[in-house]
Amino acid sequence: MRQHNSLQHDSEGRLRHLLTIEGLKRQQIIDILDTAESFISVGDRQVRKVPLLRGKTVVNLFFEASTRTLTTFELAAKRLSADVLKININTSATVKGESLLDMLHNLEAMQCDMFVVRHADSGAAHLIAKHVAPHVSVINAGDGSHAHPTQALLDMFTIRRRKGEFAPLTVAIVGDIKHSRVARSQIHALTTLGVSELRVVAPKTLIPAAVENLGVHVFHDLEEGLRDADVVIMLRLQKERMQGAMLPSEAEYFATYGLTEETLALAKPDAIVMHPGPINRGVEIASSVADGPQSVILEQVSNGIAVRMAVMSMTLGRAPAEGDST
Amino acid sequence: MNITIQHGRLIDPANGIDSHADLHITDGVIAAVGEAPDGFVADSHINAEDHIVCPGLIDLRARLREPGGESRATIATETAAAASAGITTLVCPPDPSQPIDTPALVDLIRHRAKQSGHARVLPLGALTQGLAGQQLAEMATLNQAGCVAVSNGLQAVESTQVMRRAMEYAASQGLTIFLHAEDPWLAAGGCAHEGAVSVRLGLAGIPEAAETIAVARELQLIEQTGVRAHFCHLSSARAVRMIARAQYDGLPVSADVAAHQLYLTDMDIGYFDTQCHVRPPLRSQRDREGLREGLKQGTIVAICSDHQPLGADAKLAPFPASEPGISGLETLLPLTLRLADEGLLGLSEAIACVTQRPAEILGLLGSVQGGTLTTGARADVCIFDPEPYWELRADELQSAGHNSPFLGWELKGRVNCTLLAGELTYHTCD
Amino acid sequence: MTEQDDIEQLIQQMADELRARLEAARVRDALMVGIHTGGLWVAKRLHTLLGLEQPLGELDISFYRDDFSRIGMNPQVRPSRLPVSVDERHIVLVDDILHTGRTIRAAMNELFDYGRPAAITLAVLGERSGRELPIQADVVGRHFDLGEHEHVKLSGPDPLRLSIVEAP
Repeated sequence: MRQHNSLQHDSEGRLRHLLTIEGLKRQQIIDILDTAESFISVGDRQVRKVPLLRGKTVVNLFFEASTRTLTTFELAAKRLSADVLKININTSATVKGESLLDMLHNLEAMQCDMFVVRHADSGAAHLIAKHVAPHVSVINAGDGSHAHPTQALLDMFTIRRRKGEFAPLTVAIVGDIKHSRVARSQIHALTTLGVSELRVVAPKTLIPAAVENLGVHVFHDLEEGLRDADVVIMLRLQKERMQGAMLPSEAEYFATYGLTEETLALAKPDAIVMHPGPINRGVEIASSVADGPQSVILEQVSNGIAVRMAVMSMTLGRAPAEGDST
Repeated sequence: MNITIQHGRLIDPANGIDSHADLHITDGVIAAVGEAPDGFVADSHINAEDHIVCPGLIDLRARLREPGGESRATIATETAAAASAGITTLVCPPDPSQPIDTPALVDLIRHRAKQSGHARVLPLGALTQGLAGQQLAEMATLNQAGCVAVSNGLQAVESTQVMRRAMEYAASQGLTIFLHAEDPWLAAGGCAHEGAVSVRLGLAGIPEAAETIAVARELQLIEQTGVRAHFCHLSSARAVRMIARAQYDGLPVSADVAAHQLYLTDMDIGYFDTQCHVRPPLRSQRDREGLREGLKQGTIVAICSDHQPLGADAKLAPFPASEPGISGLETLLPLTLRLADEGLLGLSEAIACVTQRPAEILGLLGSVQGGTLTTGARADVCIFDPEPYWELRADELQSAGHNSPFLGWELKGRVNCTLLAGELTYHTCD
Repeated sequence: MTEQDDIEQLIQQMADELRARLEAARVRDALMVGIHTGGLWVAKRLHTLLGLEQPLGELDISFYRDDFSRIGMNPQVRPSRLPVSVDERHIVLVDDILHTGRTIRAAMNELFDYGRPAAITLAVLGERSGRELPIQADVVGRHFDLGEHEHVKLSGPDPLRLSIVEAP
């Protein structure tokens, strides 16, 4: 029988890996956010460390360059007192399946407890989770265009801190939905938490086919898409999109889909502006908005540490369940 | 050497036969059906009681990996697997590692097949040199060397001008052209059907239009050039309708479908099951129904395995980086029989899809070189028990490739004997 | 069974004893810290009775448990809140029942991650045998003599009730 996403839960329904938001129950997401809330205060103390994961070894396995995500995962692991190992694999050299799994088994032989994986191919984290030893947890730190669950969770955490309830909210995600793993994970999280309306805003070239199936409303016009929104999430635009004939130019994109003070004025007056970073100022968002009073972009970054601490401690802090195996 | 296959239920769709009758074979040729000819004395008997006796299966598309990919499979391993699955004839398409664009390559493949003696291998000659889509291959020479038809494999002929001329030339030589309909630009970088599943999993999509646009272009050129064309492994319902329309308009086109396309959809990818990574991709349920309907209506005439044996590491990679393909020889017959069990086709009709109809497309039927049990035909015979259920297990696959999304499926119908020109190439019975 | 009135009376006695101790030690702005959940209920009452100036602090020791790798993450973990710096301050740590001493060990570890207190006084509503660490309370509401399989449980917050339960 096909193992659907039972892969990320153990036999008692607890989170064993975090691979995708899809399939998480509402209460499970809330538990993660609540736990993260407790970790926030750890950052304000004299000793910014708790002994929870003392003696555990966390390996950051990054097949794709990243500074911010890698740093926050490393910081999160260290604040939990875990030992952290960082392995950067040259992205240009393709790592074939067999050698990838060989490497995993070698790391397992060194008694590692958790792999935090980032990879340019969708499904890489699932592949690794399918092949690790029973005691090892896998956290997906971004796979291709598929998922970036911890980013989505920290976004939910930030929204909840600012807005309280999810039910009354109208959320607009603006930008390259097609290639965005962040957007996919946010969409699953927001629909699971039950926002009032979820919109995606972009030209057709950046909207994937059948995206409505995920429970979103599609807008091609920025002004319509932003009207009365409570939360505006801007996505990063990669420069490659110009070469792939997805867009004519950065200038035209900014003119039609860039968030400026004028366009933001169409959203609710207390709307918050989010961005997973790194920001392209003057491409998807004007500097005055990114640094403006409605922006919570820096809050997202600091919340990221607490959310990742929550996810790491919840997945590693499970009593071994009956029948746990790969 | 005289053989009599006794007490079996004989199904020979080409002659409309479905009855209990004995089959008599003399020196590799069918001598008679029913009563033995005068003076016939059988040297051996095969008891086929409760079994079905039908022509040996003809698989229109199987990659054998030799020469060039012997680490994955060889003609010897794959023809042996074919024999165990009741298949007596395999059509091998060109691909970049073995472009089949010289008579020497054709000879090599045929020679290796003859050496192994498990199944006949019919190579498809290249349409363009090196499959590069620029210069025509020596089609007439390849035909003389033994290529039954021509094809550019999975490589696109990007230039419409080159495709037109290739068709014109093939038509002049009386050659059938086998087409893989896929627009190279729309398919570029894709690994799954563009739709609900690809958007969820963040997989680059291959839109239905990649197939329909290519079908549309080829149909226009077929009409203009008059070439006899066969569309391989269709994947979309819309392409089936386009071909039905062309057939209605009198164009000389036929089409086949890979067995897995009749059972699986993009939903079966689940969470990145690389066994479901195939090309063309598994499409929607609507497409699967369209393919089944096309088979029922006769737009699609044949079912192939689209066999692609792969090493274990080929599927142990993230989905987009894994290699497409299914090791399909050993599921061809049971999946075809299942269509009869499900009531989509009659049993005889289902068997025709893997015997008589592919023989027609290859021009084997007229020369009684396969696909029928007519008196005087080559004695390529498959004897199978239609009843037993069995589970497909990787360690029991005969093919060197253990890549199948059907592992763990319960299949029905199992081959007991296969005869190639009267010689037993596989048997489990005494 | 110890009924509600009894408990309020116990807490009053504890408050009197604490006041005497703090005065004797000339402590002025002590910080009272309750341990989630039962300890916090008791601390709230003591805090009111003593009329302490500094707001009440609360500790959730989930992140400091030494049995984390055996029993896993407590899904109901709440943030710890210490309203003022603990540096050079006299802390009154309050818990409901003192048993093995492990909870107090975890709480003190956590307190020291916030800073360096001048002193810590431990007040517990109930105390029983079974200590596994060299930890004793300074102020004890009541001592319980229990069998090996018995446990004291405090339910609350209103009314507070102590009961003895058989553990399997």
